[in-house]
Amino acid sequence: MSLLAEHVLLRHRDVPHIRDINVYTNHGGYDALRKALSDMRPEEVTDVVKAAGLRGRGGAGFPAGVKWSFIPAGVKPVYIVVNADESEPGTFKDREIIEANPHQMIEGIALCAYAVGAQAAYVYGRGEFKGPFVGLQQALDDAYEKGFLGRNILNSDFSFDIYTHLGAGAYICGEETALLESLEGKLGQPRNRPPFPAQVGLYNKPTVVNNVETLTNVPPIVLHGAQWYRQFGTDKSPGTKIFCLSGHVARPGNYELPLGAPLRHLIEECGGGVPGGRALKAILPAGASAPILPGPGWGTGDILDLSLDYESVQAAGSMLGSASFIVMDETVDMVWAASKMAHFFKHESCGKCSPCREGTYWVEDVYHRLRDGSGRPGDVDLLLNIADQMDGNCFCLLGEFSVCPVRSSIQHFRDEYEALVKG
Amino acid sequence: MLSEAEHQELNEILKKYPDKRSAVLPALYIAQRARNYLTDDDIRGVAEALDISVTEVQAIVGFYTLLRKDPTGKYIVQVCTDLPCALRGAEEFYRRLCQRLGLPPQGGTTDDGLFTVEAVVCLAACDKVPLAQINLKYYENLSDDRIDAILDGLRRDSEDA
Ligand SMILES: Cc1cc2nc3c(=O)[nH]c(=O)nc-3n(C[C@H](O)[C@H](O)[C@H](O)COP(=O)(O)O)c2cc1C
Ligand code: FES
Repeated sequence: MSLLAEHVLLRHRDVPHIRDINVYTNHGGYDALRKALSDMRPEEVTDVVKAAGLRGRGGAGFPAGVKWSFIPAGVKPVYIVVNADESEPGTFKDREIIEANPHQMIEGIALCAYAVGAQAAYVYGRGEFKGPFVGLQQALDDAYEKGFLGRNILNSDFSFDIYTHLGAGAYICGEETALLESLEGKLGQPRNRPPFPAQVGLYNKPTVVNNVETLTNVPPIVLHGAQWYRQFGTDKSPGTKIFCLSGHVARPGNYELPLGAPLRHLIEECGGGVPGGRALKAILPAGASAPILPGPGWGTGDILDLSLDYESVQAAGSMLGSASFIVMDETVDMVWAASKMAHFFKHESCGKCSPCREGTYWVEDVYHRLRDGSGRPGDVDLLLNIADQMDGNCFCLLGEFSVCPVRSSIQHFRDEYEALVKG
Repeated sequence: MLSEAEHQELNEILKKYPDKRSAVLPALYIAQRARNYLTDDDIRGVAEALDISVTEVQAIVGFYTLLRKDPTGKYIVQVCTDLPCALRGAEEFYRRLCQRLGLPPQGGTTDDGLFTVEAVVCLAACDKVPLAQINLKYYENLSDDRIDAILDGLRRDSEDA
């Protein structure tokens, strides 16, 4: 059973070869750009995106149209930076868009550029996207050739360029200000906010930073309107979302669902359930960067009834974030799982601030001790204590996120920790 | 140092940016292509080409994991063993691979200098486990036999070359 008659974002699953520009244009591709350039003023494009209630899909869920309206008038040039860093463990949706439906993203970037008056966009991909970016560059070349990019797009007086740029292996470069530093050729370390990139962004110019998936939503919104878009999702979380499903399910993969769909549908219908009839022990809804939610036998109530929208996941004690659902069955040692995430954050801490640099190091060290049998009495409280010291004191959210798996795994699975220190 | 052809390639790339400095990662990738790692000479070449200090370029090389200062194998084999992959057997897959290549369990470079094998964090392919990138190219839904065949193929290629 599918909750959508047709995909809005993963359209290649309904229309084969839509990555080919001719197939894309034969199926309504670049009609939204044509419509905007001939019938809409730039601010009308922003308005329809606002009215649709599209929220950022990179993690924070900030309303895209509102962000665009922060771009000050009269300061030129304006830049767009497309965040294709996609490095959160369990996230693999932007890559599928880039590989299989790139023109819808490109058209979305061009619409955003028209709305905010941008002259150029940079698509910043993680270094490991070298292969996918070869295909993306081809798609861009095709779009230039057909007159959808470049000078006087579709014979209008709107001109705009899109460039690609690859990072070189650093999770922190997904954080928007670190990304801008990296794109400027510096160390990928975060900047102070405010000022936000909309005021002072790339090369100190006004800049919109949006995620790949966010921008891919824009063409159908402009083409069909806000009311059409709002038929999907909930009032506060409108639209469809790509859910990345990984771990202990029969069919891991990307699934596009209306926001507000039940978790049960994602795991059982889409993912084919937990294999071997094993019990669902825990779920990470946003990769390593949000609290763990315990399964029915380990928490209160049935997590599978959870509605997958920003508000409900937050009310359940976690965050929807990039919607990277990592599923763990009853065989998983939760101290091990938390230690994997502790390793990730220690490896990826950028070193700029000491609470994160030293905190993530210390946390991993305690996990090592617990795991190799030399856990000491008090180690569990020590972990909580380090988490308290980091909380609110890190320069950016990487450090703040890093304590989520530590705290939430102790909260729900403390007995597994205690078993390692009694020895 | 950058060759004449590489300088030309870099000049094309520079057109994308209002500020030369933005081309530092692309330039380092070009410099790294020949050997899979960067020598002091390479770093100096990039610094000169982009008018950045050598110290700054060195710091950048140290910061990004895909830029390397130490000699590596001809093929860099990165196997993801991050949590989602580990839940689907990637750690065991990695250990067995290291064992078959005669490497310690944490990986390393084979004696013939052909393969540098590393365990890495998420590669944005968690639904196609086990998987690896070899010199940044994806190889997904692997099995022991499949990766052996792929490495054998690369071994033959490099013997022919
Ligand atoms: C540590 C960290 C890593 C992040 N990684 C990504 C990422 O890989 N991709 C992404 O789109 N946003 C990422 N973000 C969020 C960005 O900072 C930013 O909010 C986002 O690109 C804005 O786009 P959106 O409003 O369209 O979501 C990350 C944030 C943090 C704090
Ligand atoms: S965890 Fe291995 S590719 Fe994501």
